[in-house]
Amino acid sequence: MLCLSHMKDQKGEYMIETASLPIQGQEHTGNFVVALAGNPNVGKSTVFNRLTGLNQHTGNWPGKTVIKAEGTFSHRNQRYTLVDLPGTYSLHASSSDEQVARDFICFSRPDITAVVCDATCLERNLNLVLQILEITDQVVLCVNLLDEAERKKIHVDTAMLAHQLGIPVVGTAARSGRGLSKLKDVLHDMVIGKIATTPRQVVYDQELETSINEIEKRLTPYLPNWINSRWVTLRALEGDFNILEYIACNRPGNCPQQILPEEVALCLQ
Amino acid sequence: MTKIVISDPLSLLNIPVGGSARVKTILTIGANRRRLLDLGLIPGSQVEVIRRSPAGNPTAYLIKGTVIALRNEDARQILVEEADYVMSFTHEGSERRIYD
Amino acid sequence: MSTIKNQEVPILREIEPLLPDDIANIKDRIVSSIYQQAEDISARVVKTENSYQASLEARLDGILTSRWLGFPIMLLLLTVVLWITITGANYPSQLLASGLFWIEGHLLHLFSTLGAPAWLTGILIQGMYRSLAWVVSVMLPPMAIFFPLFTLLEDLGYLPRVAFNMDNLFRRAGAHGKQCLTMCMGFGCNAAGVTSCRIIDSPRERLIAILTNTFSICNGRFPTLIALATIFMGTLIARAYSSILATLVVVAIIMTGILTTLLVSYFLSRTLLRGVPSFFVLELPPFRKPQLGQILIRSLLDRTLFVLWRAIVIAAPAGALTWILANSFVADTSVFALIAGWLDPLGQLMGMDGIILIAFLLGLPANEIILPILIMGYLSVGTMLELDSINALRLLLLDNGWTWITALCVMLFSLLHFPCGTTLYTIFKETHSARWTIVAALLPLALGILVTSMVNQGAQLIMR
Repeated sequence: MLCLSHMKDQKGEYMIETASLPIQGQEHTGNFVVALAGNPNVGKSTVFNRLTGLNQHTGNWPGKTVIKAEGTFSHRNQRYTLVDLPGTYSLHASSSDEQVARDFICFSRPDITAVVCDATCLERNLNLVLQILEITDQVVLCVNLLDEAERKKIHVDTAMLAHQLGIPVVGTAARSGRGLSKLKDVLHDMVIGKIATTPRQVVYDQELETSINEIEKRLTPYLPNWINSRWVTLRALEGDFNILEYIACNRPGNCPQQILPEEVALCLQ
Repeated sequence: MTKIVISDPLSLLNIPVGGSARVKTILTIGANRRRLLDLGLIPGSQVEVIRRSPAGNPTAYLIKGTVIALRNEDARQILVEEADYVMSFTHEGSERRIYD
Repeated sequence: MSTIKNQEVPILREIEPLLPDDIANIKDRIVSSIYQQAEDISARVVKTENSYQASLEARLDGILTSRWLGFPIMLLLLTVVLWITITGANYPSQLLASGLFWIEGHLLHLFSTLGAPAWLTGILIQGMYRSLAWVVSVMLPPMAIFFPLFTLLEDLGYLPRVAFNMDNLFRRAGAHGKQCLTMCMGFGCNAAGVTSCRIIDSPRERLIAILTNTFSICNGRFPTLIALATIFMGTLIARAYSSILATLVVVAIIMTGILTTLLVSYFLSRTLLRGVPSFFVLELPPFRKPQLGQILIRSLLDRTLFVLWRAIVIAAPAGALTWILANSFVADTSVFALIAGWLDPLGQLMGMDGIILIAFLLGLPANEIILPILIMGYLSVGTMLELDSINALRLLLLDNGWTWITALCVMLFSLLHFPCGTTLYTIFKETHSARWTIVAALLPLALGILVTSMVNQGAQLIMR
């Protein structure tokens, strides 16, 4: 299949890029890594610029985020590294941008994934949010462009949204800086464990759920404990075996506790 | 507007600018099918035809609150049914209930 | 379709029988379920009386992408941006030049007081300092004006509209719709433009976009074009309109570049890189109120200083090398003049001369330094003169036999020659192929030799 082989030739390169970033586990202290994900054109770069100020470096011509940009900021004596991921509609890895974003969230394991979304078209943005919630539960949602939404007479009930999704939701208007200190407070409360999340899980139709349960049961023993087995199962169900092949490369049955992204890169090349 | 013969499947490309339609089937396969789905072009979604580019191709569509341009060859692969009469509804959630 | 290849792996063998047959259908169901839930949540939390058609965007888009006004507006915006750059850069450019050359005078004085040897003064002052002074005074003002304006258009959300208007041309050329965006990026810097081609997923179309990116006039070449257009085209008519004519000439060169991009893409997609255009989706985001502060900071820090720094780093050693070449003698002739002599027949064929060709060759590391090398070349073989204004440059070029045909050919060759060293290196990194990198260098060069020769012969005929 054309698309699969194409994804693979992309993969080598992008995975290595991911691997060159600091690997974050649960055990470290000090510098927390926050991934910034979101659809294109939701003001993600504005949030990034506002939070990091001039403390950023891009290995690339700035403007459109082609590859990831990194920056740092401090809040309440805590240092954060912010990684700006490419803007994508989805995480199904059908394009290299999606691949970069997905691999970072899944394999580089940021401490928190902050999803920026557009208050003026929330439904489309929630599609990505729900997909990210399938991979990780350390997610904060930043409903951006509230100023634009107000002008267009669109009202978003952020409290209700937080309740629906089971994750903290912060309303922002990044261009004027509104809500960003709240966002930093929430990030802080999440890393010190003051906020616990109970992410909403997407429920599929009956037949699919049965298959998912069946396969997930078989898969779980092979999977490292940090990876979401339901998510891996869903990918397998879709015919995306990259993740499974990678796990297979890591000696099945002898599941390593921590797998370095470099190994992933080697296996997937 | 011309009457559409039933045997002739209606595609997104047949909808005139200003009209809207509901997605029925997507003929595209492979990775591109996934991309269309990810944009919110799933069976049942409402699509409004916004405008054509100066040369007539590509065409811009309003899909779930975002204006997205597709080349006409790709739009031809998206089969729809006309839904002009729901245009006045402003919220997608409310439109859906009428059909379901 | 998607069968598991690695049958020896137990984990895959174990789950394969459990996998459904119709994977495409499963994908549909998964996406539909996610969207359905997104819709549910959205219905609960969003209250709106918004409709797109009544919005400001709808009306603005109606104008910017309209059948009759879409293209004229694009052309007008391009012209206005360049006109502001050309007129606005004139005065600060002169100021910087006279300031920097005033310093040069004092440096020379200092060196002679200290009794420094002539070769040291030559390399450091006439070689390195002078080319640096040229790069700074010729490049900094236009960049400091052009980049913020370009970033402003980008921030407003205009670029996707450009892509929307132009896509049909790219589609017919067998190229990807996003190539228009990478082309726009190339107007800033070709190396950045080549990197941005990653947004194109199909390898065939990405390669086309990479190979044609050099036909976008990059910022390193704008100052040369602007200076030459001002000097030669500006003098053809009354002074009051000279900057407008200069602008129009630069616009015409840019349009030639876009046309070349389309033609070469068409040619490549029917020969070396055969195939049909792949699927593409273009979002037309809402117009946003630009953030002027952010635009200034980002465009000055990230773009202007980035490009200027690279130019400085490359200009200094290249300036030194040029001075050495111009001042090492074989018998009675300098090495520079010797090479210029060899290249002269080809140069004459192309409407230029040997020194101009050397300038392009030595300008390989960065296009910014072509003009400074050219000046140094002329100065080293001709009479010495104080070069502190655009007018002095005009006299120098006229003294060396330039006519408007020479200027036109230099401008065309500046559009159509090998990409700069940084860009070539980036192309190699992106394609992992020495072969394609060579194609990327030779294809535009061959075109350049062909086009300038034809223009030159044609113009000579007309003038006769």
